[in-house]
Amino acid sequence: MPIKTARDALNEAMFHEFARDPNVFAIGEDIAGGRGGSSGDIGCVGGIFGVTKGLVAEFGEERVIDTPISESAIVGAAAGAALSGMRPVAEIMFADFFGVCLDQVMNQVAKFRYMFGGKTKCPLVIRCNTGAGYSAAAQHSQTMYQMMTAIPGLKVVVPSNAYDAKGLLISAIQDDDPVLFFEHKLLYQSECEVPDEAYAIPFGEAAMPREGEHCTVVAFGQMVNVAAQAIDSLAAEGITCDLIDPRTTSPLDEETILESVEATGRLVVVDESPPRCGLTADIAGMVADKGFSSLRAPIKQVTAPHSPVPFAAELEAAYLPKAQDVAAAIRETLK
Amino acid sequence: MTNLTEQQLVQAYRRMKTIREFEERLHIEIATGQIAGFTHLYAGQEAIAVGVCEHLSDADSIVSTHRGHGHCIAKGADVLKMMKEIWGSTEGTCNGKGGSMHIAEVERGILGANGIVGGGPPIGVGAALASKLKKNNTVALSFGGDGSSNQGTTFEAMNMAVCLKVPKIFVMENNGYSENTGASYSSGGIDIAARAESFGMPVFKADGSDFFSVYDAANKAIEYSRRGDGPSVVYATMMRYFGHFEGDAQLYRAKDEVKNLRETSDCLDNFRTRVSDDKLLDLAVLDAVDDEVLALIEQSVQDAKVAPRGTLADVTKDVYINY
Repeated sequence: MPIKTARDALNEAMFHEFARDPNVFAIGEDIAGGRGGSSGDIGCVGGIFGVTKGLVAEFGEERVIDTPISESAIVGAAAGAALSGMRPVAEIMFADFFGVCLDQVMNQVAKFRYMFGGKTKCPLVIRCNTGAGYSAAAQHSQTMYQMMTAIPGLKVVVPSNAYDAKGLLISAIQDDDPVLFFEHKLLYQSECEVPDEAYAIPFGEAAMPREGEHCTVVAFGQMVNVAAQAIDSLAAEGITCDLIDPRTTSPLDEETILESVEATGRLVVVDESPPRCGLTADIAGMVADKGFSSLRAPIKQVTAPHSPVPFAAELEAAYLPKAQDVAAAIRETLK
Repeated sequence: MTNLTEQQLVQAYRRMKTIREFEERLHIEIATGQIAGFTHLYAGQEAIAVGVCEHLSDADSIVSTHRGHGHCIAKGADVLKMMKEIWGSTEGTCNGKGGSMHIAEVERGILGANGIVGGGPPIGVGAALASKLKKNNTVALSFGGDGSSNQGTTFEAMNMAVCLKVPKIFVMENNGYSENTGASYSSGGIDIAARAESFGMPVFKADGSDFFSVYDAANKAIEYSRRGDGPSVVYATMMRYFGHFEGDAQLYRAKDEVKNLRETSDCLDNFRTRVSDDKLLDLAVLDAVDDEVLALIEQSVQDAKVAPRGTLADVTKDVYINY
C-alpha cells in the first residue's frame, strides 16, 4: 500500500468527493489562490497547507471558490448553500478564527435543523487547521475542538493520522449533519499507508492503536501520537496500555472507553487544549459517572496549562504535553 | 400606473392585511400571558415585505430577521401553523422548537427568521450562491434593518455577494430604531443606503408605507439580480407600530409618534386610496378580504390554543439526522 502524507490523503479525499457528487464545492480563503493577482496563476496556492491543491484545475472555478477574508460570510455562505441543496466544504484557515465567525457556526449552522423542527438539513463541512507546534503564537495555535464539542448540533472530527484523515473527511462530506473537521498542523506531514481508493470511516467509532492491560489512555488528535510514544517507552518497564483514539469527539465512542477502563481499572486522558472545561475533564467525568466501580486508581489528566499558547519555540515546547508527561501519569495510576 | 392584475392586487392586499391582523391579534394575546418568549411585531412595515415578496416564487429564498412574521406571511407561509408555532405547539411550523424568532419553511424558500441581528445576510449569500451554481434562475433575499446595518456580518455579506456576483438582494428596512435606540444616534452617517452602494451594488429606494413604491423598487432590484448582474439592494423606510418586542414600554418614543404614524402612514389605507383613485379595484372586494382575514386569524388563534404540546421525548429529537 502506498505511503502518503496526511496532506495528500486529505487532498485525495477532496478529489474523490468532488468527482462523486457535483453538489460538493469548496469555499474559503486562498483555497485556489491567485485570483486577482498579477501572475494570473489561478490555483497557485491550493490552501495554505495544500489540502485543496489541484481542485480548481480539475473541477473549475465555480466549485473552488476563493473568498475575501470574511469568515462569517464564508460560513454563512456555506450554510445558506447547504440549506439550498448543496454540499459545501468550507475552509476556515485557522481554528482560532472560529472566534470571528462563532455566531454563524454556533447560532446558525448548529441549530437550523433543531430550530426548524427537523424539517431541513444543513450538510456542510468546515475544515480548519488546529493546534500548536508551529510557533504560530496565541492566535494561530489553539485547538478549539474542545469548545466546539460542547455545541449540540455539530459533529467534531479530530484525526490523528493520514489514513484516518482521508476516511473521516470522506465521511464528513457525505454526512447530512454539519461537521467541523480539525486538521492538526503537525498532522499534514505525517505519513502512513493510505489506499488510493475512496473509503469512509464511520463517526463515533474509536480506534485502538495500542492494546494493553495496565492502563487505558485516551488521547485526541496529535496527542494520540505523543501518547503512543509514551506507551511504547513503558514497554521496557513491563507496562502495557490500551490507547484509544476516539477520532470524533462528537459523537463520542463512550462504549470503547468504558469497556477498556473496565478491563484495566485505570485511566489517563491526554489533550493539548488547556485543562478547564475541556475534553480530558469531559472523559474523566463520563468515566467517573458511568464506570466508577471499574476504577482502581484516580483518573489522571494530561493537558496544556491554563495559558495562551506562547510563541518562542522552547516556551511552546514546554506548553505542549510531552511523552514523558504521559508516561509519568500512567506510572502514577499504577502506584 | 401599475401593471399588476386584479388578482395580484388582491393577493398583495390580502397578505398585508393578514400580517397586520396577525400582529394586532398577537399584541392582544401576548398581553394575556399565554405566549412565552420574545415576540417582535412587524405591523406598519407590511408594504415592504409584501412589495418585495410578490416578485418571488417558492423556488426563490428569503432569510428573515427577529421581526420575521411579516416576511414569512408575505412569502406564503402557512398562517395557521405559524400561530401554532408561536404558541409552542408540536403542530407549529417548527414543531414548537423555534417559536416566533425561528419560523421557517425551507421547502417554500423561507430559510428562517433569525434571532441574531445581522445573522441572515451571510446565509442569503449562500442561498444565492446555490442559485448561481445550480443555474436555476432563482434569487435569494435577506431582510435587515438600520440595526443590522451596524453589524459587520452585513458588510461581509455585501462584499462577498459582489465579489462572487451572486443573485442576492439585500432588503434594508430602515424603521428608525435599533431596538430602543434611534438610528440617528446609532448610525454613523445618515445615509445607510450609501453604505450598500459603496460596495458597487445598485440601490433602489422606496417609501415603505407604499406597496406600489416598494413593488417597483423591488422589481428593478430583483430583475437586475435575476438576470445575472450580481447583488442589488432595496432600501425602504417605514417605522414600526409596536415596540422592539412585546412588553417594550417604548419610553424612547415621543408620546404621539405611533398615533401619528398610524394616522398618516398606513400602508393599508394608502393601498385602498391608490386602487380607488386609479380605479384598479372595487373597495368592496377589499372589504370582503378584510372579513376573510379576520376569520382566518380568529381560527388560527382558536386552533393554536388547543393544539398539541410536546413531551420530554421531543426535547432531544432533531438535534442531528444521525448521531
